[in-house]
Amino acid sequence: MLASLFVDALQFIPDHAALLLQKAAETAELAFTALGIAILIAMPIGLWLGHRHRGLFLALGASSLGRALPSIALIGIFIAWLGVGFWNNTVVLVILAIPPILTNAYIGVDGVDRDVVEAARGMGLNERQILTGVELPLGLPLLLAGVRIAAVFVIATATIAGLAGGGGLGEIMENPTAYNDSGVLAAALCVAAMALATAFVLSLGQRAASRRMAPRA
Amino acid sequence: MTGLGLADGGGPVIPNFGHGTACLRHNHWFCPSWVHEHWGDILQPALVQHIYLTLISVSIGFAISFALALIAFRFGFLGPPLGAMSDILYCLPSISLFLLLVPVTGLSVTTLVIPLVAYTLFVLYPNILAGLRGVPPEVLESARGMGFTRLQTFWRVELPLAVPAIMAGLRVATVATISIATIAAIVLYYGLGGPIFDAINHPDIFRTELVAAGGLTILLALTADTLLALLQRALTPWSRQR
Repeated sequence: MLASLFVDALQFIPDHAALLLQKAAETAELAFTALGIAILIAMPIGLWLGHRHRGLFLALGASSLGRALPSIALIGIFIAWLGVGFWNNTVVLVILAIPPILTNAYIGVDGVDRDVVEAARGMGLNERQILTGVELPLGLPLLLAGVRIAAVFVIATATIAGLAGGGGLGEIMENPTAYNDSGVLAAALCVAAMALATAFVLSLGQRAASRRMAPRA
Repeated sequence: MTGLGLADGGGPVIPNFGHGTACLRHNHWFCPSWVHEHWGDILQPALVQHIYLTLISVSIGFAISFALALIAFRFGFLGPPLGAMSDILYCLPSISLFLLLVPVTGLSVTTLVIPLVAYTLFVLYPNILAGLRGVPPEVLESARGMGFTRLQTFWRVELPLAVPAIMAGLRVATVATISIATIAAIVLYYGLGGPIFDAINHPDIFRTELVAAGGLTILLALTADTLLALLQRALTPWSRQR
């Protein structure tokens, strides 16, 4: 019974490949649009605050607020307020994706060895060059870790947005009468695979970045 | 059928827009009368369930994380694989994990607890391990100089000094669990996620119920965070003079 349900779910994937691909593409489009916007907003703020060693309160406050917000309630409130729509869902996801990116960008840059930064300043680099040429590469592993956490979170939450009429894989999960339990499970597997694949790619980048920056003894 | 998918509205929650107060008929953001009327039959039980769910999940997660961290602390080479494992668990979206467990553990609280426990590992395990490993070598050296055995060093030096890091992890894990637990209602009407999903599944989105249950979730998270911060202060009296 149990095994057969999972077998059915695995069977559902090739049988409905086109449907799943289309829904997965919808979820991915929503998730990556939001992730991109969140990076564009949060990364510069986090980097700059970290560079100035200011705004620790903001960076940490953002992350604890981001953790405490129940994503599903926030999505509901935005739908009730603005209605269902791609950009409305994007706004919610951007809000939820900003905290981990902002906090990790801050911590990554803030934690760079001050002696190294002083040395760069002594060599005549200006503040922008220090940020982009010294602090950014050295803080890159932590920065990417923040993006990875946000990415996983956004993919999961983009699915939940689908529950509330936003399309994507969540639409299948919400609809066991149309797609059966096997479809619900198949969609859940697809979401997990998407998140794992994204996290894997980002953690490869993270590993490459930290290996490149590891001090050689 | 195992009844996968959205839990149907479990409670007597359907707002009667036709006969309710003007506030309810217009679906305003917050109608105190509804909250007052349904505190006893909807909100309070959901809140109690939510606290129960959080307490179980964080307790089990803490016990497992502590055991894993001890193993990794004692046998250093096990650290990276254990860390990678908790990382991978975190990358599985909660919504998938809840749904995938239904055929295995049924429509029970166990199905809700397992993913929540998995998520606490991601935060607690690295924090506990970092706390234990973060004790300065000179402190360990003086413990050895005072004739402490390995076990005494652990209980009287390493563990107390790790408390701030452990408590920081516990705060993060608790707040995250309270928030993620709302998604558990996708499989079972349980906790504050129940009324939240109910409100969203209502054709016009029942705003008062959504705001009340969502607000309670945030309040619960903030309260838990404050209580744990106070506990941390009580546990580490030496760090207070600053």
